[in-house]
Amino acid sequence: MKRRAASVAVALATVSAVASACSLSGDSAETKQTPTVTLVTHDSFLAPQDVLDAFEKQSGIKISVLKQGDAGALTNKLVLTKANPIGDVAYGVDSTFASRALSEGVFEPYTSPEADRGPQLYAIDQEHRLSAVDLGDVCVNVDTGYFTTKGIPAPTSYADLVDPKYKDLLVAEDPATASPGLAFLLGTIAKFGEAGWKDYWTQLKANGLKVDSGWEEAYTKDFSGSSGKGPRPIVVSYASSPAAEVGDDGKPRTKALLDTCYRQVEYAGVLAGGKQVENARKVVDFLLSQQFQVTVATNMYVYPTRQGVDLPGGWAQVAPLPQKPQTLPADQVQAGREKWIGEWRTLVQS
Amino acid sequence: MAHARAVLTSRGAGLAALGLLPIGFLVVFFAWPVLAIVGRGFTAGGVGTVLGDPQTWRLAWFTVLTAAVSTAVALVAGLPVAFLLARVKLPGVALARTLVLVPFVLPTVVVGLAFRALWPDGGVLPLVLANAFFNVAVVARTVGGLWARLDGRAVDAARALGASPWRAFRSVTLPALAPALASAAAVVFLFCATSFGVVLILGGARYRTLETEIYLRTVNLLDLSGAAALSLIQFAAVIAALVVGALARRRREGAAVVRSDVDNARRPREGEWWVVGTALAVLGALLVPIVALLAESVSTSDGWSFAGYRALSGNGEKGALQVSGWDAATNSLKVAIDATLLAMIVGVLASVVLVALRRSPGRVARGLGETMDAALMLPLGVSAVTVGFGYLVTLDALPGDLRTSPYLVPLAQALVIIPLIVRMVLPVLRSVDVRLRQAASTLGASPLRVWREIDLPLTVRSVVAAAGFGFVVALGEFGATSFLARPSAPTLPVAVATLLGRPGELNNQMAYAACALLMAVTVLAVALIDRLGSVGEF
Repeated sequence: MKRRAASVAVALATVSAVASACSLSGDSAETKQTPTVTLVTHDSFLAPQDVLDAFEKQSGIKISVLKQGDAGALTNKLVLTKANPIGDVAYGVDSTFASRALSEGVFEPYTSPEADRGPQLYAIDQEHRLSAVDLGDVCVNVDTGYFTTKGIPAPTSYADLVDPKYKDLLVAEDPATASPGLAFLLGTIAKFGEAGWKDYWTQLKANGLKVDSGWEEAYTKDFSGSSGKGPRPIVVSYASSPAAEVGDDGKPRTKALLDTCYRQVEYAGVLAGGKQVENARKVVDFLLSQQFQVTVATNMYVYPTRQGVDLPGGWAQVAPLPQKPQTLPADQVQAGREKWIGEWRTLVQS
Repeated sequence: MAHARAVLTSRGAGLAALGLLPIGFLVVFFAWPVLAIVGRGFTAGGVGTVLGDPQTWRLAWFTVLTAAVSTAVALVAGLPVAFLLARVKLPGVALARTLVLVPFVLPTVVVGLAFRALWPDGGVLPLVLANAFFNVAVVARTVGGLWARLDGRAVDAARALGASPWRAFRSVTLPALAPALASAAAVVFLFCATSFGVVLILGGARYRTLETEIYLRTVNLLDLSGAAALSLIQFAAVIAALVVGALARRRREGAAVVRSDVDNARRPREGEWWVVGTALAVLGALLVPIVALLAESVSTSDGWSFAGYRALSGNGEKGALQVSGWDAATNSLKVAIDATLLAMIVGVLASVVLVALRRSPGRVARGLGETMDAALMLPLGVSAVTVGFGYLVTLDALPGDLRTSPYLVPLAQALVIIPLIVRMVLPVLRSVDVRLRQAASTLGASPLRVWREIDLPLTVRSVVAAAGFGFVVALGEFGATSFLARPSAPTLPVAVATLLGRPGELNNQMAYAACALLMAVTVLAVALIDRLGSVGEF
């Protein structure tokens, strides 16, 4: 009996040793002096390490990044954990999901001194709980080479997409599973109204629309303008996507249709109930600062909200910020989102 | 309680102590989070509405049906491969043993995209095939593990008595393999029923399963009551599958006789060449998507290039990753080692307890063993998102707020591996001839000594094989890892998904090159572990 008890003890000790060993040994030396602020964000977050390092040097705050899925998943996880937040700052809740986060009291008010340099143009609530960090407009993209070769003009508008001339050419994403798909649906609702969008989608379906679950399949497999060289020359993607499809000759292979765009604003805010409110505010300031804003286009393929921040070279021609995108008020999106997705599923998938 | 205490003798008390660790692990990292999140759904109300919706039951039916068909395909394809790995001595079999595991580590998004290249419109057929593609390895390895240990003399006797090879297989080998077959079928069914990535990609917007619907309702809609209702159906289906599996195993209990002293592999004879041919055809089919993704890693819009591989030493186009591809590979290995060690301790301990409970004379103990056996399998059959969101609402109650800790990555991976290890170790452990143990006991060996001298040598190869398999599963794990791993320490599958989620040709190529790296790491690790296994055994 004793021996068995001893072996149990050994096993337990081994488990606890293993659980704390190997992959994690690097973290143990974490310095107590540097306060660490946890930034909860979406999967697309990317910032150059040197910029993060520079911030740490200036402010004495270390940012620990925690990615939590896409904008929808991120918002819902924040809502679920609002009683005891999983971080101090959140960045990536977008205009589609912001209302839910606000009505659930996920964020606490904070007006950043940086906000009056542009971000406040996209402000969403009176209490300044969210600051606009970037714009990630969703637009229909076309493979320009395809249309040149075929000798037909590329489509330019929502109306063109239901033209039989462009039959079987469009691939879009499921709004239930992919955020660009949802943005495109919201764009059509903004354009045609709550009364007219279903009719438009009926026509899209009749014109050979293909729907994929994710942006990856649609863009890299079905779209002809990306590396996948798929069969369809029209795809729902981002206003910035053409910037990634510039050939060695400097000419873009694709183009965003600027009349088919829907504006998505991505926000940052201080999480209510977080343990380091002061430091969290400094991180919000950092996200709105020149030094961070200048990186967002190159790294995340989104547009800065801060005025006077230059876009990377070539973007002005290849991937300009849409000037007149469709928009919907956040409250209307919040009220209608689930219903519209349900109706869309019934309409398009049956 | 008094009755139970009477049954648990001092030996039983020791067992109970051993059993506490696996049970405790399961309760804290599985049962509690799952019950908490489902409980929230129930308190929100509306569960009944979803359960009453005929659409829900169509989903359930489609899920069970496709999972069953995928399981059947994986069994039929995996059996000849199991024969090849277990009983055939030909050059290249060791290589095949390693290669068959490769599909298992491939990120589902990559496999989904590879099948999409062959079936551009997706559909049920590629869905079933993709699920089977992942799981042939489970069948080949689980069944092969037992098959290699089967005493060949029973088949020889049957053949000498005039049975045809097919007859001998059917009446001697197949019954002996039944425990492993049932185990493999149960595991594969659970994997297929909870398959997510490939269903999303190949099912397109048309085909949905319980798993994809639970994911949508939980992650995108935060409709916890709808998700809870679907989770209930998922539990029911999983428990039904486990009961069927357990019944099949029980009927064949003790049918197999295991030996370790003979090398059972030999050159195939006569009709066996057909089986070998079929196995090779299956392996060839498994290679198709793998070759396709290797091709993808070197093709660009202007011809072939190794730019994706060169990029692995950097951080991707415009620093798409925070670390290099090599660092991601190192992280993958470290995390997978942690997860495997943890899972081995818990899994082997659980197997030892289960076998002892099964052998014990008391009915209560046997019943306890069967319940624990089934409970250990549940993590495979419950949606990863249910567990993941359950962590969010429970684990902050533990010291150190594990919810978002990188420590949780190996723990979550171990949860998936433990059932696999139990399923691989248990059949072999159970088929150790009781008479050998009795003889050892009679000769004065202590229970511990019996384990060391009898059970351990007979089963060490299976234990090592199980570790290898678990390691591979940990390497390929994506669901839990993707939201627990920090961007400063991604694993390879997480890096692949990050790269695929960004536009640009080089990112795409680098994603596939990272897949190739993941396969290479897998092949090397598995070859190493397999060698360890054969050395340990002599």
